[in-house]
Amino acid sequence: MYRYDAFDQRVVDERVAQFRDQTRRFLSGELTEDEFRPLRLQNGLYIQKFAPMLRVAIPYGLLSSRQLRMLAHIGRKYDKGYGHFTTRQNIQFNWPQLEEVPDILADLARVEMHAIQTSGNCVRNITSDHFAGAAGDEIVDPRPYNELVRQWSTFHPEFAYLPRKFKIAITGATTDRAAILVHDIGLQAVRSDRGDIGFRVIVGGGLGRTPIIGHVIREFLPRAEILNYLDAILRVYNRFGRRDNMYKARIKILVKEQTPKIFAQHVEAEWEHLHGGEATVPDEEIARLAAHFPPPRHDTLAGDDAGFRSAIADNRAFSNWVQRNVFPHKVPGYAIVTLSLKKTGVPPGDATSDQMDTVADLADAYSFGELTVSHEQNLIFTDVRQSQLLALWSELKGMGLATPNIGLLTDIVCCPGGDFCSLANAKSIPIAEAIQRRFDDLDYLHDLGELDLNISGCMNACGHHHVGHIGVLGVDKNGAEWYQVTIGGAQGEHAAIGKVIGPSFAAHEMPDVVARLLDAYVDHRYEGERFVDTVRRVGLDPFKERVYAAAH
Amino acid sequence: MPQLIKNGAVTEDRWTLLREVVAGSSLPAMPVIVPLATWLAAHGELRARGDVGVWLGPADDPALLGADASALPLIAVDFPKFADGRGYSIGRLLRERFFYTGELRAIGDIARDQLYFLHQVGFNAFMLRDGKDAQDALASLRDFSDGYQQTNRRTPWFRRSGVVGSASGAGSTP
Repeated sequence: MYRYDAFDQRVVDERVAQFRDQTRRFLSGELTEDEFRPLRLQNGLYIQKFAPMLRVAIPYGLLSSRQLRMLAHIGRKYDKGYGHFTTRQNIQFNWPQLEEVPDILADLARVEMHAIQTSGNCVRNITSDHFAGAAGDEIVDPRPYNELVRQWSTFHPEFAYLPRKFKIAITGATTDRAAILVHDIGLQAVRSDRGDIGFRVIVGGGLGRTPIIGHVIREFLPRAEILNYLDAILRVYNRFGRRDNMYKARIKILVKEQTPKIFAQHVEAEWEHLHGGEATVPDEEIARLAAHFPPPRHDTLAGDDAGFRSAIADNRAFSNWVQRNVFPHKVPGYAIVTLSLKKTGVPPGDATSDQMDTVADLADAYSFGELTVSHEQNLIFTDVRQSQLLALWSELKGMGLATPNIGLLTDIVCCPGGDFCSLANAKSIPIAEAIQRRFDDLDYLHDLGELDLNISGCMNACGHHHVGHIGVLGVDKNGAEWYQVTIGGAQGEHAAIGKVIGPSFAAHEMPDVVARLLDAYVDHRYEGERFVDTVRRVGLDPFKERVYAAAH
Repeated sequence: MPQLIKNGAVTEDRWTLLREVVAGSSLPAMPVIVPLATWLAAHGELRARGDVGVWLGPADDPALLGADASALPLIAVDFPKFADGRGYSIGRLLRERFFYTGELRAIGDIARDQLYFLHQVGFNAFMLRDGKDAQDALASLRDFSDGYQQTNRRTPWFRRSGVVGSASGAGSTP
């Protein structure tokens, strides 16, 4: 993975000193709350319901075991012994003391981590494919480009005060696991006819109050031009994005109001000035970054491991786990493993400090000392030998991290919601738990197959409810918490925004509502057809009828 | 009293900022900073005076200054709110696209924690809003010793880090 050099380290160390001084000035009264707010937000520090919340950046989700141990330490020393992995592949701590945040940042800096730009109206953490480097469908490993863009976005002086937050996702694969169509900018690696690497540029996607699928504004951007083009897009947005209404300030509204075609013309006109300039990325720099991501030293193996094959045949529980949580690797004899953070009764994405320490040890033992956080809020070991899967599974099971539910109904994506977040209209974690408790029959879950259920506690859509096959949105009705349900949303290359099925529900009704949606699906599905595909084929009516006929 | 930082030092301000100028009225006979519209209406005459600067609002297009940009003694950019970042792009455009080399002054809701970024995009003068100690604020110009991106004051780090064989220009330095 990318290791800081002296330059990178100095940038982060100087940030710690700067924020320590800003915090001192706030606590001494030199800075008012209004003045301190944008400063702390640019450093991931929110004031939440009960305490400040600190969001720590995990660039493109990639962590070393050493870094994970530091996160465990921070959870233990400054928080209540746990952390919450987010849909931006970050981690947040819900209970730190404001006075201690500079010390937390100093601890993070010791392991090449920070909280820079994890909130505020600036370029946020770059997200990417959680199978990067291991998937078989990669045109190019995206991580050198992720790091290039991370560095470009870190304290970019021109773009620190954008109209609104700005999210960039990059993938190097043909299958989109990074949700590039619902980002402010999505970059997808493509190869030209001549074999050159470049990027398809997608702009103006997003969730939140106005969910929109992004538009391709350039089919092929040479990789050397990536920073010039990003500068051009951001400059057009910074100058012309709306600032009069925070709900209309995201770039997607500008793209929509100008039309994608006109917006693209503005970007291209700006790029004309920047094209070939100083920020053009030299091949040597791309090579330097790529050298930080060498392929792990895999053993040369003939193919599938025989012991692994027989363990699948002999052990039903292991086999279930392999079927759901283990994915093919491009190297023979290796596998990609997802550690489920979706055990029933545990808020989705939460991990205790003890779990983090053990996961760090397991990463060292089984996967070259690295792991990736997925935007579905699970942890990934990308390079595990098949012959060691049984042993790894046993260890994970003992820690509650082997729930065989990846991609299933109970692998719920969920924001912290009203239990923690001051923006939320409604709680989300108890809804997730009630649904997980109701659907605890593994055979039924496997029979239902792939099903994304996403829950957000408010319009800001941190739980990505719009792109859930079933989406749940917390809404406020006269001070009471209600839940609006959408179906038919999807992420990936067939990304779609879910449609509302009708009036919203009380919290206690939600497990029944989901049950009726599933009944309708089971009645209408063709063999092997996923829930979302049935919705696309038959439309909303059969689902509405089932849900509302029973409810009213 | 608002306080002026210019070229890295707390400085007396000899300019008077005219937030509004009634169309057709005559300007006082002292160094003044006028709205863009005032300048555009009479730029031939005002340019001859030599002591008239222009201020731009965040929505103003710096391209409207045209060839005047390089001849002006002072251009100010207004930041009506701390969080309104449009002026950062205007600063870079004035320096890098319109080759403005004179005093580039940030006015409005300006406080010390913006100074580093403002300086990087080309501002060399900062009118701090009331009540802020300019001597303290000077330290913030040095919040960071360097950065990754190309700015008005430096080439991207990857052109200076030694990774590229032939150093392609050192860029403009203050």
